[in-house]
Amino acid sequence: MTGAPVTIYLPRDAAALSVGADEVADAVVAEAARRGLPLRLVRTGTRGALWLEPLLEIATPDGRIGYGPVAPSDVAAVLDAGMAGGGPHPLRLGRPEEIPFLARQQRLTFARCGIVDPLDLADYERHGGLAGLRAALALAPAEIVERVTASGLRGRGGAGFPAGIKWRTAAQAPGAPKYIVCNADEGDSGTFADRILMEGDPSLLIEGMVIAGLAVGAEEGFVYIRSEYPHAIATMRAAIAAWQAAGLLGADVDGSGRAFRLHLRRGAGAYICGEESAMIESIEGKRGLPRHRPPYVSVNGIFGRPTLVNNIETLYWVPEILKKGAAWFADQGKNDCKGLRSYSVSGRVKNPGVKLVPAGTTARELIEEHSGGMLDGHSFKGYLPGGPSGGILPAEMADIPLDFGQLEKHGSFVGSHAVVILSDKDDMKDVALNLLKFFEDESCGQCTPCRNGTEKAVKLMQQPNWDTDLLEELSAVMADASICGLGQAAPNPIRSVMKYFPGDLK
Amino acid sequence: MQSQPDIVAICRRHDSRPDALLEILHDLQDSLGHVPQAALPAIAAELNLSRAEVHGTFSFYHDFRDRPPGRRMLQVCRAEACQAVGCEALAGHAERRLGTAFGETSADGAVTLRTVYCLGNCALGPAVMLDGRLHGRVTAERLDALLDAPA
Repeated sequence: MTGAPVTIYLPRDAAALSVGADEVADAVVAEAARRGLPLRLVRTGTRGALWLEPLLEIATPDGRIGYGPVAPSDVAAVLDAGMAGGGPHPLRLGRPEEIPFLARQQRLTFARCGIVDPLDLADYERHGGLAGLRAALALAPAEIVERVTASGLRGRGGAGFPAGIKWRTAAQAPGAPKYIVCNADEGDSGTFADRILMEGDPSLLIEGMVIAGLAVGAEEGFVYIRSEYPHAIATMRAAIAAWQAAGLLGADVDGSGRAFRLHLRRGAGAYICGEESAMIESIEGKRGLPRHRPPYVSVNGIFGRPTLVNNIETLYWVPEILKKGAAWFADQGKNDCKGLRSYSVSGRVKNPGVKLVPAGTTARELIEEHSGGMLDGHSFKGYLPGGPSGGILPAEMADIPLDFGQLEKHGSFVGSHAVVILSDKDDMKDVALNLLKFFEDESCGQCTPCRNGTEKAVKLMQQPNWDTDLLEELSAVMADASICGLGQAAPNPIRSVMKYFPGDLK
Repeated sequence: MQSQPDIVAICRRHDSRPDALLEILHDLQDSLGHVPQAALPAIAAELNLSRAEVHGTFSFYHDFRDRPPGRRMLQVCRAEACQAVGCEALAGHAERRLGTAFGETSADGAVTLRTVYCLGNCALGPAVMLDGRLHGRVTAERLDALLDAPA
């Protein structure tokens, strides 16, 4: 073999694998061998333009040039074009950053996804990693908490609770040891931003957790990942091992004398374990039954000790906030909303995917500016603004800013920011019925309003004509009397259909 | 079935901590394909838990099965983002093709068919996981091709 190696980047993210990225990788290796071409193949996360996967990038003097979606049969011609300085080919996309979908976003937390090898710590550090941790190591714990509070960071799991308040409560709670839990049980259908982050940039999560540990005085943390994400589990396991080997986790983090140990725990197929108290029960080895609150988990969590539970995406912002300051985070956002959000858009649109855009973006903007518009032959009818529990809103209400506090007056909420776009081909009665079947399946069974309520709701909704009075009565009981958010929010799809889609009830 | 000392070895890999019960059940199922019910009392003894507690945890979670699955495991996502791109038609096709209902194994023991709620592939649905491999944009034809290909 002669000459300098050609460097090719190809995602190993599960979504890319699901449309053949490994077969393309095999073809690249085989083709390079056939030509006697020295090859450096870097497997990365995904940049998030999923309709273009498998997206192959080749390093040229002009930067990385992308081609996609690539099939194994395209590899020879794409290699020819790519090695000719990123030359023309029907699949040529140019510089990925210039693809409009990516150019219109500020992919801050996703900055390294699709760029770096997720398991290469040196690559992570070269691209700005570890600066947040080192900044935190130089501050007193209370100063770290203050910075997070001042940023206005709100939890990304669905409740939108101010992160700073949680951190301060855990920091001040009496008792030891304390624990950090990362909620990576991204169970809401339609949302996969957490999965992409874990597979594309696992170190950013670890860095966020260590900072959280320093802030609240915890020396042990758990990452709880749903078992339906085997690739994310494998990637996080390997990343944790790499951090341990580099002395960044363990008894003496980065030579600081402070300790932090991180354990990975797999879920086992229970949606309810995304609820923080059920997750804590699961981490204790028990059935995932949500707890009555108070006491709150910040005070009484794992084994009765103070526990800080944060959604993975919340923790992902922490290193940047420590590195760049609270004001940097707070100054983003539009329509009076602070910060950026990752909206996962799926359903009847041309270009579904994860969009990192200002908080307060509307459904219409998500469809038209960030997702390529509706699929051909489909007209926009309605949308789920926030996962299975967030209700269903009609197209006429597509200009409401999607943020915490904006949708509640309409009986809806943005929650996990999993936005599913529905069209005239979708029957809202069926959509609601499927959601209630899901809740029935996932109810932990602990309380009567939810256990019996979801079952009864399904039976009532399977009738050709809905008994809307009885359904409203049932909805009220579930909303008022269920122990946790699953039962409380399960009536939302029912109420949405009755209020906004009466035409579908006939 | 797994001999008693191996179960204890799995527990001890986790320091026999009772809170590691889910990890222990996962490790056992990864190794054997299912969790034999006879293993539960051994786990309880090693972890100093009651048999009821271990049974409670085992039976609560959708993942853990008490009998061997079919030679192949097909999970079809039926959550709402995949619903919005037609997974119910695919689900019906899977049932007819395999001659089995969801939650069951085909009569010849070849394929276990399961519902899964979200594989995190919502932009490339409908999604299925076949023998641990994720597939996106799955049509009836693509599903047939996947099932026809050698395992």
